[in-house]
Amino acid sequence: MKLFEPAKLGSMAPASKLIIYGLLGLWTFIVLFPLYWLIVTSVKLPIHVADGPVYLPFVDYTPSLHAWRYIFVDLGRDTFRPYLNSVIVAVLSSILAVGAGSMAAYALSRLEFRPRLISIGLFILGVAGTVVAVTLAGVNWRVAAAAGLALTLIVIRAARGVPSPELGNSDILFWMISQRILPPVVAAIPIYVMFQQVGMLDTHFALIVTYTTVNLPIVVWLMYDFFSTVPKDLEESAELDGASRFRVFFEIVLPLAKPGLVATSLLVLILAWNEYLLALFLSTANAQTIPILVAAQNATRGPQWWYMSVLIIIMILPVILLTLLLQRFIAKGLLLGAVKG
Amino acid sequence: MSELPLRSEPALTAEADRAGASSGERIRHITAVGITEWLDRHSGRLFVLPAVLLILSFSIFPLIISAWLSLSRFKLVTTGFELKYIGLANFRKLLFGSQQFHFLGTFTEISPFGGLIMLAGFGAIAWTLYRYLASGSISVLGLIGRLIAFSLLGGIVLMFGTTIGGKSQIGSLSTTIFYVTAGVAVQFLIGMGLAFLCSQKIAGRSFFRVVFFIPLMVTPVGIAYTFRMLADMKFGPFAPLWSAMGLGQFAWAANPWSARWVVVIGDSWQWIPFVFIVMLAAFESQPRDEVEAAELDGASPLQIFRDITWPSVAPVAATVVLIRVIEAFKMVDLPNVLTNGGPGIASESLTLHAFMEWRALNLGGSAAIAYSLLFVSTILCVAFFNLIVQPMRRERA
Repeated sequence: MKLFEPAKLGSMAPASKLIIYGLLGLWTFIVLFPLYWLIVTSVKLPIHVADGPVYLPFVDYTPSLHAWRYIFVDLGRDTFRPYLNSVIVAVLSSILAVGAGSMAAYALSRLEFRPRLISIGLFILGVAGTVVAVTLAGVNWRVAAAAGLALTLIVIRAARGVPSPELGNSDILFWMISQRILPPVVAAIPIYVMFQQVGMLDTHFALIVTYTTVNLPIVVWLMYDFFSTVPKDLEESAELDGASRFRVFFEIVLPLAKPGLVATSLLVLILAWNEYLLALFLSTANAQTIPILVAAQNATRGPQWWYMSVLIIIMILPVILLTLLLQRFIAKGLLLGAVKG
Repeated sequence: MSELPLRSEPALTAEADRAGASSGERIRHITAVGITEWLDRHSGRLFVLPAVLLILSFSIFPLIISAWLSLSRFKLVTTGFELKYIGLANFRKLLFGSQQFHFLGTFTEISPFGGLIMLAGFGAIAWTLYRYLASGSISVLGLIGRLIAFSLLGGIVLMFGTTIGGKSQIGSLSTTIFYVTAGVAVQFLIGMGLAFLCSQKIAGRSFFRVVFFIPLMVTPVGIAYTFRMLADMKFGPFAPLWSAMGLGQFAWAANPWSARWVVVIGDSWQWIPFVFIVMLAAFESQPRDEVEAAELDGASPLQIFRDITWPSVAPVAATVVLIRVIEAFKMVDLPNVLTNGGPGIASESLTLHAFMEWRALNLGGSAAIAYSLLFVSTILCVAFFNLIVQPMRRERA
């Protein structure tokens, strides 16, 4: 840090300007060089790698598209299926997460909720009891879930008169956001067991539902901030005209929050596209996503860098294009989340 | 729908009127009008319901199962699997038993470096505690919170100090803490430095802003492989440099610390942009007139940074560090692909450790590791938020 400080004021003397440009240029190189290396490696022949590094295509060596042909033509289906899986899972889970998340964020920013602490406690007890019944007593999970749900509902109804502290909107919001602290691996093992029990491992459904949940807190967090900045006058006059809250939400609020929606959707889409750990737990062959395919090359073709480079390029290209095109939107979303956190 | 402990209070009079009217005419409930009215009356709950249900069933419910798993032994049998309650045995194994070397590390001798770490760590903890006790504003909750956080920190310092250097080896918990502290420190310093440079009055700022942003969104698995290529001592782009330095035969993947540092470098390449973007916004919104007034008074750049710029960006800086710490605790893609956790277990993060156990079908042990990670990261993050982020925000406000 101290290194950079003197350059700060110096009334922009040529020397300090030179230092600033030098450092920023150096960092530009650090950012772009790995990407450049991917591209030049993807058009190398094995011999260009094995004899030590060569740097400039056409100058140092004659580029060849053999790796691209291998990945796209020879492997064809094996490349495209994970790719398609990734597209399906990322797009659908983002739509669901943004849908459910912005609805919840809207309600939390406009209405007042007062869940009773005792009801929440009873609910968690009910869930725990069901789990114990299934794992310890070996009750069929369908029976246990139905009975547990019914019992919990009855007890919660019965406990209505019991005095209990109430929580507020900020508590619900904090609870949702605090899910981000939860390391995914804690939830991954039970989610794996859950899907295994219902025979839905390695399906799109499992991945989509899981990704939706993982990304929900981010959506709620960002969209809550966005809705808080949208003026309420329009909604209130529409309410007075007798429009239902659903119509108000879909026809007035959502169009107004479009910039926020775009930013949030992109962020969530990219996060789902990049996700690795949960896919590792939940998918093996049919629903395999592209990060898993790339990571699996580890064993089969470790040093075959030309193929690896092609796979990595087609994996990160959409993300980089999105980032470049919509950098402003994404940065806005990040700033909202980071600064107001 | 009422299993959810949520009750929406009609906030608007129009809604309250409708609610009152419809409760008087129960018969209308079965008509189409009744249904739309019912929907409208409960719209608040219906809006929150999907999100709450999803989060409940995919994080609270798994959290409970995970806790249960961590207390049991998982065995595959012909009909499926069998869970046997074994109390805290999984945790005992990690802390004192056969898995201690993997989780905490091996304690053979205390190296001078380890002694230094312990001295500094315990000194810092004692000093912070003393300052709190001497401050005169002590609350029961604050004291309990500090005692929990500091005893955990003390334990971590002790573990680090006794397992680092010499013939000892650090375990996955120490490796994770190393990734978090070293990674976040590198990312914060470089990211803030770049943001500071970019906030100066120079041409081409928007170009740098766009370029510097790129790595943030690149798939971590792709970064891991790319850095494996770049870091290759024989075939990578820097191979001539290494051999000129006489390092041609050095294999970074075979040395524990170089392997860990390569992971940190890959992680930093990805996350410096995040610090950069947020800190750039903070620098750009700092009070310009104050800076200019100080300049006219002849204050040195150092003084201006220390007295004006830093106080105005400190709350944001603390928040950025907190977000990075939270995310860094979950790191798994990079060590798994870049080093495969190796050499041996040297670069395994806790998440990767838990994954390895799960793959070996030791679900109980895996859940115990995951829960330990949850405890450590939650306590440290909450402590960081309450002891550093909040005071900084209050100071600013």
